[in-house]
Amino acid sequence: MLEIRNLHKSLGGKHVLRGVNLVVEKGEALVVIGGSGCGKSVMLKHILGLMKPDQGSIHIDGRDIAKLTERELYGVRQQFGMLFQAAALFDSMTVADNVSFALDEHSKFSTAEKKEIVAKKLGIVGLPGVEKMFPADLSGGMKKRVALARAIAADPDFLLYDEPTTGLDPIMSDVINELIVKLKKTLKVTSIVVTHDMASARKIADRIAMLHEGTIRIHATPDEVYASDDPIVKRFINGQASEEQMKEVWGYTATQAGEGAKG
Amino acid sequence: MTSAIPGVQALTSIFRTAGGVFLLLLETVRAAFGRWPRRRVMVDQFYLIGYRSTPVVLTTGLFTGMVLAVQSFNQFRRVNITSMVGAVVGVSMVKELGPVLSGLMLAGRVGAAITAEIGTMSVTEQVDALRALATNPVRWLVLPRVLAAVLMTPILTLMADLVGIVGGSFILVGFLKVEWHFHYTNLLDWLKVWDVSVGCAKSSCFGLLIALISSYKGLNTEPGAAGVGKAATEAVVTSCIMILISDFFLTVAFAAIKPDWAN
Repeated sequence: MLEIRNLHKSLGGKHVLRGVNLVVEKGEALVVIGGSGCGKSVMLKHILGLMKPDQGSIHIDGRDIAKLTERELYGVRQQFGMLFQAAALFDSMTVADNVSFALDEHSKFSTAEKKEIVAKKLGIVGLPGVEKMFPADLSGGMKKRVALARAIAADPDFLLYDEPTTGLDPIMSDVINELIVKLKKTLKVTSIVVTHDMASARKIADRIAMLHEGTIRIHATPDEVYASDDPIVKRFINGQASEEQMKEVWGYTATQAGEGAKG
Repeated sequence: MTSAIPGVQALTSIFRTAGGVFLLLLETVRAAFGRWPRRRVMVDQFYLIGYRSTPVVLTTGLFTGMVLAVQSFNQFRRVNITSMVGAVVGVSMVKELGPVLSGLMLAGRVGAAITAEIGTMSVTEQVDALRALATNPVRWLVLPRVLAAVLMTPILTLMADLVGIVGGSFILVGFLKVEWHFHYTNLLDWLKVWDVSVGCAKSSCFGLLIALISSYKGLNTEPGAAGVGKAATEAVVTSCIMILISDFFLTVAFAAIKPDWAN
């Protein structure tokens, strides 16, 4: 089980996370939604220990990782696989070297065994035979799938996805969503997916948590979230900006714009 | 309010960089006592930092030796001791010009490349991906570059010294008609093993400074292409300044070890 308790973080003078509390049960797929810049990725990086909280704790199977040193965190991170927003493949290495990175670093598999595992993981993400290619030769969707193969290479217990469908066309987004569902079922991993793509959230989630102004606004099943009366949750699901948000960007509200047109 | 005063801001920045580079040195030393990166990663850096820098260092050494020969010849002709010019060229190359000019050229070529590569990896989350894959970026990125720079810089400096002396000799004996026998005898008389060793020790220190400063700037690059450019510029300028400053202190330190050499 993974539990975040009262997580606070300020970045560049902005109080991004203001007391996040969240529990992720073993084997479930939690989708974290929220507007751009609301701190979803920051929260994800705290779970992996890539950032240290200003206040609060993150417990993984009862152990507070916020108190661990960088060296101790390397042991914890071997339980995790992470898909970064821009894939973050090592561009000086081939696809095979990228996928086998964790195996090369932390396992005692022979070269032949590693080669077999790489081929198997690339097969799972639907990219057989690309081992010798370099990241620069791949399309955006292929890069994400290779990054996914790298994330699952060492059979992690937790898979973290940072905006897995951002920048992809709707078909490729669906392919990635299907992959996330498939991996959850076949590998029995606990998945945490950060996204603002509601179609992805609906497809992937066992539960959805919405991050708004630094705290969790709602944490419920997809059906409960879609049935919510909370105006902020409703607006996010339906993709409708509030009057204040319109005024912030345009200097006038939608109502005022309508009145202006009539006048 | 202190940040508004440019002098204070610059001093803060210098102390922050100095502290950061020192901590990186400690972390690199600690990483050196752990498991080293794969042989291929090490060999790549020796190739890039050492072999690929050979043309620029040889060109620098050759023309410095030749210019020094011409300039010194004009001065020494007045007192009719032109046979000593070769010794002056040799000693100057080995003690000062070889190490310092090679160091400055490497700061430009290698320093900028290290910062640009690590900086790009930082802004594209590849450094975070390394950490997420339970791998220490200092062990993987900094250690191979530091080792390659510390070991290859003195070798490159020796090559620069050699071609500088050969180039100077070629000008003196071939064009300025200095007697070969006297030139050769004086050169061997004045050139000491201690001088060559001190030159090598200095250039190792310069290599260490270049690799550490450039890696530090790369790991702390601000986001975006402009951030990478700024970091590379800062790395080159800081490395060059530190080479010149440390050259003075190293010269004084070696003079203290063997005072007769200083005279």
